[in-house]
Amino acid sequence: MYKAVVYVTLRESVLDPQGNAVKGALNTLGFTEVNNVRVGKYMELELGAADRAQAEERVRDMCEKLLANTVVEDYRFEIVEG
Amino acid sequence: MRAAVIVFPGSNADVDLYNAVEDVMQVPVDYVWHTETDLSAYDAILLPGGFSYGDYLRCGAIARFSPVMEQVVKAAEAGKLVMGICNGFQILTEAGLLPGVLLRNRSLKFRCKLSELRVENNQTPFTRDYAQGEVIRIPIAHGEGNYYCDEKTLAALKANNQIVFRYHGENPNGSLDDIAGICNEKGNVLGMMPHPERAVHKWMTSDDGRRMFTSILNTWRERNRVTAHA
Repeated sequence: MYKAVVYVTLRESVLDPQGNAVKGALNTLGFTEVNNVRVGKYMELELGAADRAQAEERVRDMCEKLLANTVVEDYRFEIVEG
Repeated sequence: MRAAVIVFPGSNADVDLYNAVEDVMQVPVDYVWHTETDLSAYDAILLPGGFSYGDYLRCGAIARFSPVMEQVVKAAEAGKLVMGICNGFQILTEAGLLPGVLLRNRSLKFRCKLSELRVENNQTPFTRDYAQGEVIRIPIAHGEGNYYCDEKTLAALKANNQIVFRYHGENPNGSLDDIAGICNEKGNVLGMMPHPERAVHKWMTSDDGRRMFTSILNTWRERNRVTAHA
C-alpha cells in the first residue's frame, strides 16, 4: 500500500487574495515577521499501486487531469509507503 | 429549434434558464441530466449556473467529467451553439472549450447585484441583437468570477475579438481586463459570469438579457434559412 500526499497551490504569478487576507490577519495579531502567505490544498490519496514508480506515474496523471488546474496552479506530491 | 438545459447535481439556475428560453425564444426546451450521452436532438446547449458538485476541488472541475460533457465537446466541435452561464462558464473553462480560468473574487466576497456590461463584440451568434459598445444591465451572483489567463492567451483573445462582454464601471471580481464574458475562436461557444436569464422581463428590474436569447434564435433561423418573424 502506498499513500500519496498532494499539495496544490496557486502559481507565484497569480494573485492569492486568500493568502493576502491571512497574511494581513497574522500581521494584525503581531506576527509581523510574516511577509507572504500562499493558501493551497492538501490531499491524501490511498493507492493500491503495484510499485512506487507506477504510483508516481498515476498520481502525476491525476494531478494533470483533475487535482490541479495547471493554468493557474502548481502541484507537487510525495509517495510514502503506508 | 430545440434547446437543452444541462442539469448537474448542484445546478440551481437551471429553472431560470429554462423559463427564459421558454418565455423569450418560445421553442421546445428540455432539462437534460448530466448522465445523458446523446445531445443530437439539440441545436443549442445551455449550461446553467449553480454549484455543481458543491464546487468541490475547483468550480466546475468535477462536472467537467460528467458523461454529458463529452457530447457537449462534440456539439461544440460540430459548430452547435453552446452557452455557459456562471458555473456553466466555469465548467466550459475546465473542459478546455474556453481558455483561462475563474478564480476567487479578488475581494473574497460573494457579489450579488445588478452589473453593467459593455457589449464588446456584437458579431457573435449570442450578441447579434445588441449594438456594438452598448451598455446593458445584467445581474451577477458569484464568488468565483475573477477571470484569469496568461498574457499570451489574453493577447489572442483580443486579436480574435473573443472578449464579448466587459464590466462597465465597477469591476465586481477583479477579472483580468474587466472581462465578463468570452467566446471561443469559432464564436459558437460563449461563457459569461453574469446571468442574462435573470434579466428577461421588466419586472426583473432589467430585460436587457432578452436579446441574448433572441440572438441565439435568429442565428439558428438564419442558419436554417427560416424567415424570422418580428
